[in-house]
Amino acid sequence: MIRQDGPGNRLDVDAMVEAAISAGEAAIEIQSVDDVVALPPRSPFRIGIRRFMKHRLALISLIYLALLGLMAVFAPIVAPANPNAVDLTSLRSAPTSDHLLGTDSAGRDVLSRIIFGARVSLTVGTAAAVSAAGLGTLLGLIAGFTRGWVDTIIMRLVDIFLSFPSLIVILLLVAILGPSVTTIVIVIAFFEWPTACRIVRQMTLALREHDFVLAARASGSSNFRIMRRHILSGVVSPLTVVTTLLSAQAILLEAALSFLGLGVRPPQASWGGMLNEAQSITVLERFPWLWLPPGIAIASTVLAINFIGDGLRDAFDPRQTR
Amino acid sequence: MTAVAQNRTIAPLLAVNDLHVEFRGDERTVHAVRGVSWDIRPGEVLGIVGESGSGKSVSVSSILGLLPSPPAVVTGGPIVFQGRDLLTMPERDLRAIRGKEIAMIFQDPMTAFNPVRTIGRQIAEAIRVHDRSVSRSTARDRSTALLAMVGVPSPEARFNQFPHEYSGGMRQRAMIAMAIANQPKLLIADEPTTALDVTIQAQILELLEMVRKETDAATILITHDLGVIAEVADRVLVMYAGKVVESTSILPLFQSPRHPYTLGLLGSLPRVDVRMDSLYSIPGQPPNMALLPPGCAFAPRCSLSRGRSECRERPPELTRSGDSLSACHFVAEMDQLTRTVSEEVGTDIRVGNE
Repeated sequence: MIRQDGPGNRLDVDAMVEAAISAGEAAIEIQSVDDVVALPPRSPFRIGIRRFMKHRLALISLIYLALLGLMAVFAPIVAPANPNAVDLTSLRSAPTSDHLLGTDSAGRDVLSRIIFGARVSLTVGTAAAVSAAGLGTLLGLIAGFTRGWVDTIIMRLVDIFLSFPSLIVILLLVAILGPSVTTIVIVIAFFEWPTACRIVRQMTLALREHDFVLAARASGSSNFRIMRRHILSGVVSPLTVVTTLLSAQAILLEAALSFLGLGVRPPQASWGGMLNEAQSITVLERFPWLWLPPGIAIASTVLAINFIGDGLRDAFDPRQTR
Repeated sequence: MTAVAQNRTIAPLLAVNDLHVEFRGDERTVHAVRGVSWDIRPGEVLGIVGESGSGKSVSVSSILGLLPSPPAVVTGGPIVFQGRDLLTMPERDLRAIRGKEIAMIFQDPMTAFNPVRTIGRQIAEAIRVHDRSVSRSTARDRSTALLAMVGVPSPEARFNQFPHEYSGGMRQRAMIAMAIANQPKLLIADEPTTALDVTIQAQILELLEMVRKETDAATILITHDLGVIAEVADRVLVMYAGKVVESTSILPLFQSPRHPYTLGLLGSLPRVDVRMDSLYSIPGQPPNMALLPPGCAFAPRCSLSRGRSECRERPPELTRSGDSLSACHFVAEMDQLTRTVSEEVGTDIRVGNE
């Protein structure tokens, strides 16, 4: 520390620095006192969860969806009747104690069909949104991270997809591929990935400029590792929000397809398919139990998902400190 | 001064030859580093000083190929590290050197850590990047030991904490722990104390000194603070406008500066040990790197040049003057200038001469 090249040559800077260091050492000791109380780590995830719990509407929606999910899984136990069992003695009967929500034109129990229909809606919603998010994330990461011509190609592809009237193309595709839950999931995911891709690319572009990405490169990480470890972790929270909202959209699309007769094959129950019956004024006016329950089911499910999306957005938005 | 550093016969660990870095924009090209050559020996501490935009950070970032390209274009060279040219090395080989042989400590430890991952995991990652055979639990133990070594209290608990739960000084300690995780032969510290407050600065410098002794790594210390240089460096490069204007050992720098810019830096250093009537300030502004004068880049601000034609027309070469290398046409007049400036400030600005 002391540079003594000859008498009187000592650098006086050292004296100052030494004084500062001994002051600093005192500071270390003081600092270690509050370290005795070991606090549990405050991870961004846990902070997010806590904020979400305070969002009452989102929490209620989550409970509602959880119950709906359980109901769908245990449909055969929960449902009062076989959803496809035809009761020719009571066609379009109003709600009774036998059929709590009445029966449809074929004499099937509406409540049971609603319960079984939840399976279709929730499956399509989740599967389509997750696969759309997966594809979108992959392409968005690649586009945002590599930039250049790869980025240009992927983003023009996104533009093309977003400028298509998706419902019409989906109708066409389903007609060609033949309606089934798998087809619907694939086709919906095919048209929903651009939304996720855009968000992920945008986040990636912002994240890749951060110092910690440079620090990771300086410590020898490959691009792939940086994407996996640093970019992806930053993308997760906006992606969760988007995926939630996409699943609401997917449920609506599935309902629309089933309503148009291109959804799941009858007699399998689906909410959109049940609305199919409400195409005549007579039904609309005289048999509200045929279209009101599936309509409410679709609307409330989509609403609940959107509330959850809002709650997640509030919870993971770093600008919020509630 | 370390014994190794004084022995000039040992082969350099890293030798930079005629390095140029340009940033090519659509409208203009900025020549950020203009022909810089220097070397560093094993165990040596090399200080690089200069104001913002003098090219000190850019020149070391280019060593590890960390500059974004485009717009950066690195030419010249070679940059020889252990007998291999880093500039022509394939990316895969370079990756094996980054963080293993040459590690970097960044200026702002707040932004150099990923905010959503724990400090411990990030240090463990730095170990496992270079050695996949290290198990997670071994990496964890080693990271904890490293945290303890750099003076982070209760390292086991701190391992699981996030960057925002660390104080600034602790974060910089963790950064240093991450840098030395693989026992690098060369540590590059890019303004390691600039983002910290003064008491912490001294601690971090002391820690760097301790780490250097422990690992025997050569250290490049980039800073704009001569006080920091005085404390730790063996040798100093003074950079101005993308060139080295003075290269010398630590004592000659403070006792007989051989370049008017170095003198300006010394005169502007606040001192508590002597009475000063005023601080010296270098007149004018740092040059626009896209519009450099044909001669000496410092000439417009230089109190020695006085508009002489040599300074305006011919760029000075780095030539030997006493114990130092200096890039000034009128290096012979430096002693006179030092006296003049000292009278102006009211004290002998040369450290150790009062």
